[in-house]
Amino acid sequence: MEYGRPTELDEALALLAGGRRTILAGGTDLYPAIAAAALPGDILDIGAIAGLRGIVEGAEAWRIGAGTTWTDLARATLPAAFNALKQAALEIGSVQIQNTATIVGNLCNASPAADGVPALLILDAQLELQSAEKTRHLPLKDFILGVRKTARRSNELVTAIVLPKRAVSGRSDFQKLGARRYLVISIAMVAARIAVEDDRISEAALAIGSCSAVAQRLSSLESDLVGRRIGPALAEHICAAAVATHVAPIADIRGSAEYRTHAAAELLRRAVANAAGTA
Amino acid sequence: MTGKIDVRLDLNGHRTAVRALPTRRLSDLLRNELRLTGTKVGCDAGDCGACTVLLDGAPVCACLVPVAQVTGRSVTTVEGLSDGSLSRLQHAFLRHGAAQCGICTPGMLVAAAALLETTPRPTMAEAAQALGGVLCRCTGYRKILSAVCDSWRDPPPAAQPQAGCAIGTRLERLDGVPKVNGTDIFGADAWPENSLVVHAIRSRYHHAAFELGDIAAWHGARPGIVAIFSAADIPGRNRFGVIPPFADQPALAESVARFRGEAIVLIAGEPDAMATLDTTDFPIDWTVLPHTLEPQAALAAEAPRLHDDRPGNILIEGAVRRGDTQAALASSAHVAQGAVETPYGEHAYIEPEAGAAWLEDDTLVIQACTQAPYMDRDDTAALLDLPPDRVRIIPTATGGGFGSKLDISLQPLIGLVALKTGRPARMVYSRTDSMAATTKRHPAHMRARIATDDQGRITAMHFTGDFNTGPYASWGPTVANRVPVHASGPYCTPNYHATARAIHTNGAISGAFRGFGVPQATILQELLYDDLALANGLDRLEFRRRNAYRDGDVTVTGQTLRAGVGIGKCLDALAPHWTRALGDAEAANHRAGGEHRRGVGIASCWYGCGNTALPNPSTIKLGLTNAGDLILHQGATDIGQGSNTVITQICADALGLPISSFQLLGGDTAMTPDAGKTSASRQTYVSGKAAELAGRALRAAILRHANVTEAAVLALHGAVLTVADGGAARAIDLVSFEPDADGFVFRAEESYDPPTTPLDANGQGDPYAVYGYGAQMVELAVDVALGTVKLLKITAAHDLGRVINPTLAEGQIEGGIAQGIGLALMEEYIPGRTENLHDYLIPTIGDVPEIETILIEEPDPEGPFGAKGLGEHALIPTAPAILNAIKDATNARITTLPALPHRVRDAIVAARSKT
Repeated sequence: MEYGRPTELDEALALLAGGRRTILAGGTDLYPAIAAAALPGDILDIGAIAGLRGIVEGAEAWRIGAGTTWTDLARATLPAAFNALKQAALEIGSVQIQNTATIVGNLCNASPAADGVPALLILDAQLELQSAEKTRHLPLKDFILGVRKTARRSNELVTAIVLPKRAVSGRSDFQKLGARRYLVISIAMVAARIAVEDDRISEAALAIGSCSAVAQRLSSLESDLVGRRIGPALAEHICAAAVATHVAPIADIRGSAEYRTHAAAELLRRAVANAAGTA
Repeated sequence: MTGKIDVRLDLNGHRTAVRALPTRRLSDLLRNELRLTGTKVGCDAGDCGACTVLLDGAPVCACLVPVAQVTGRSVTTVEGLSDGSLSRLQHAFLRHGAAQCGICTPGMLVAAAALLETTPRPTMAEAAQALGGVLCRCTGYRKILSAVCDSWRDPPPAAQPQAGCAIGTRLERLDGVPKVNGTDIFGADAWPENSLVVHAIRSRYHHAAFELGDIAAWHGARPGIVAIFSAADIPGRNRFGVIPPFADQPALAESVARFRGEAIVLIAGEPDAMATLDTTDFPIDWTVLPHTLEPQAALAAEAPRLHDDRPGNILIEGAVRRGDTQAALASSAHVAQGAVETPYGEHAYIEPEAGAAWLEDDTLVIQACTQAPYMDRDDTAALLDLPPDRVRIIPTATGGGFGSKLDISLQPLIGLVALKTGRPARMVYSRTDSMAATTKRHPAHMRARIATDDQGRITAMHFTGDFNTGPYASWGPTVANRVPVHASGPYCTPNYHATARAIHTNGAISGAFRGFGVPQATILQELLYDDLALANGLDRLEFRRRNAYRDGDVTVTGQTLRAGVGIGKCLDALAPHWTRALGDAEAANHRAGGEHRRGVGIASCWYGCGNTALPNPSTIKLGLTNAGDLILHQGATDIGQGSNTVITQICADALGLPISSFQLLGGDTAMTPDAGKTSASRQTYVSGKAAELAGRALRAAILRHANVTEAAVLALHGAVLTVADGGAARAIDLVSFEPDADGFVFRAEESYDPPTTPLDANGQGDPYAVYGYGAQMVELAVDVALGTVKLLKITAAHDLGRVINPTLAEGQIEGGIAQGIGLALMEEYIPGRTENLHDYLIPTIGDVPEIETILIEEPDPEGPFGAKGLGEHALIPTAPAILNAIKDATNARITTLPALPHRVRDAIVAARSKT
């Protein structure tokens, strides 16, 4: 059992080059998975690495560092396209979880019910992965491969989420459905980002989580919405059948598959209405 | 680096340095290394928030924080919230009754303190948002919200009632201060130095035979493991159970495990070795056997038999028959019929089972959380082949019980280790072990038909229920007997036939959970009452008032209710609220259209206090020492419901001395007589009556000594007892008396056993001496597109006979309602699937709406000062009132609980397709 808590990124990448390690950030997914009083195995704690925490606006993109917590995000001043992500920030676990859990950790944990994923998918999020040898970028949709499975190589660290500015437009909204008010795993959740020009939708980005192994963008429905006049009539285009072409929900203790599809469509209608300002 | 690191932190304002494994949970370091046990652990998964501490001022779950990450930072625990005296927040918690059992209180206080730092006068919504991550199972959260929002105020002086005036006072809990400053000792909070840590290896299968492999080799390879025990090591009769004739459960399974979570082997070792122990390769050869999880399957001829002497897997059937039910059903004007299914319910107290055991001379001492110290003593003694007086049970504060801590859990396990090794032993159940291994609410499959005449009067009811009692008896017989007695509800039912069977399966063990099956049965009865009201063209409240029991009525068991029947008054008290709520809902539904529909529902309860037609005594002892200490041996275990306070209030007024004169001694079986179990809503009534009798007896002894009349007034100042009668006052100098063996110069010990009669073959008799009554009204909104339910307000009217402590009574009602909300809307325990607090959902602070409580006092001639029980009553009406309100809002009838969004949505669709 070896534990490393480097203060420099290079040091961390060197440790990863030396062999497989569990990466510890907020710890809110690692500890619930064990019964013991301490984490087993070799650990890389990234909590002390300088410059890894924070949200920065660059010329081409916004950048959310791997050490950034949900509370950091909720408190940041950000454009309206981030509304969905900020709403999600307040629904992740509890205040206690939001204070330590990181946004990148939510992605790396790759849970189908990760509340952060739909809100980042609609921002065309990319992940920055660094190893001792190189840095590469992967779209979020290509990063999460399945349940608890990501494209991160064992020698890589996800150092940031990069949000290209072309996608940071319009306004977004997040809708979460659970069986109780706080601290609840989503039955379904959706995020919608809508840009409007001359009362018509100029850009639409929609995503659904908890309804398939990996949260999905709804590309065909997005194209269908572009050009439509905003207003109550939008709702009729967002139906369960349109949703069903993108997701394959399972039936479990939280809901039937049919219900999930139906509920996701309803949540989308509400999210689109909110994002388009017609609610 | 490998191994331990130096951790330096600012802990509650003190620079602290400690060596620890870097990824050790901060909660574990605080509790087990630094012995700051005010921070509680309820789940080790961030699901309950009990371990909330402030890290640089921000609330975090200490169970999820590696100690390496707190280096150089500040940590504040509940112990750091005040410096000796209490903070305004802590005072507010006491004043509002925001702490019941107290196990969530440190987490609540710490989370609230963070909020108050930035928002000194928060709104209810701000407080709820800040506390959404801390679960409470006792209070229903409303008093916590009130306390936080009121904490800016300087505390007003606490109530200090004069002699004879304690009853009816909003007295702060007598055991409250340790609950708000983090010093209360719960099961996991104290253990002798040098204690071994005990871990149980449990079955992962619902039903499997097993053989133990080469344990000696496994043990030999693991230094620090001190002993390993199996069923063969149990010296006594390896069968226990809360009802001795049905005792059937082994403390450690013998060759066959009958449910998932059953303990097979105990491992005891040094703390360091146990902290990192991996038992995945422990040598057990399993042979998986066919299993049943549903009563229907267990009843089938080919089903595996769980116990050879219980054919058909039927543990017991209870029945009540009165009149000619079939004939009455056939000839009645209106008949409603239906079926309801309810799932396993988990108690989900925030304190998992925990305790320590050690030997004192030849006595085995067990200090653990419990609801029933004497039952623990007797069962543990039998298992370990000790005479009962060589087992001493010291109850700790108990972090919620609700019925499940009536059964023994770890007592015989740590007792066995202490006995065999000679070393102290401690054990703390993980959340998963607690959920898998201990009892549940019985899942129920129920059918009923209820009929009325053409005047809207009930003529007959037929009820059958199959209750999944799991592999062992536990309280299955009690459920089978209680349900038929109560399934009529508090309504005149002249012709009645009800049966309830407890059926064995390989599911979780079902036992006692607030209401012993009555909440399940009441759901069905109250659903059908709404149908009958509709069929009769009567308002739903009016229909219930028309049929409610009155003084002099005869119950379904043939018992004449001579006096104290308060259901009519409860329903009357709701009437103006009902009219207002129906109007509000109609107006809202008229305004809004579409997505949200408002509805209103109502339901009632009655509940017999104490054992069903069986002896159920309590004994209370008190005495005055020659130093002037007035000692109350208060053995009615306080699991948060408030018996420490209520019993003392009753005793104080019976004796005629103020509360402030009393000192309490707890339910230690070596010191305090048996006040029975905390169960069946019996403590205020039964132990309260014993406390009243004991108080009166002590008073009589003093008055006799002073040779004064009953009108005399007592006062205690130091060791001088003053007796004033008319104009004359006499001072009795207690120092001059020779104390008895207990140190007492005046003493009294009184027992009380409710006057009940056995039930005959038709279930006829007087099963209870006292009943309590209540009715609740729910207002809600249903999101018809999503099937989600938002509760808006619950109005609860409960007849307590005499209110001993209004604050505690409201707390019981609010807490019962919260559990009823869970039963109705979200709780569903599935063995192997929901053994944690994120898959098994209980209401959070955002799920309990405003509750308006109306306390009714219809005195019972038998109860102490007229008082009745309340604990279980409060939960019973909530779920049916919610389901009736959903029906009112949407026409959707929910018959499979819980009413999860997908079920509500399906029912809405089904209801639409019918119209």
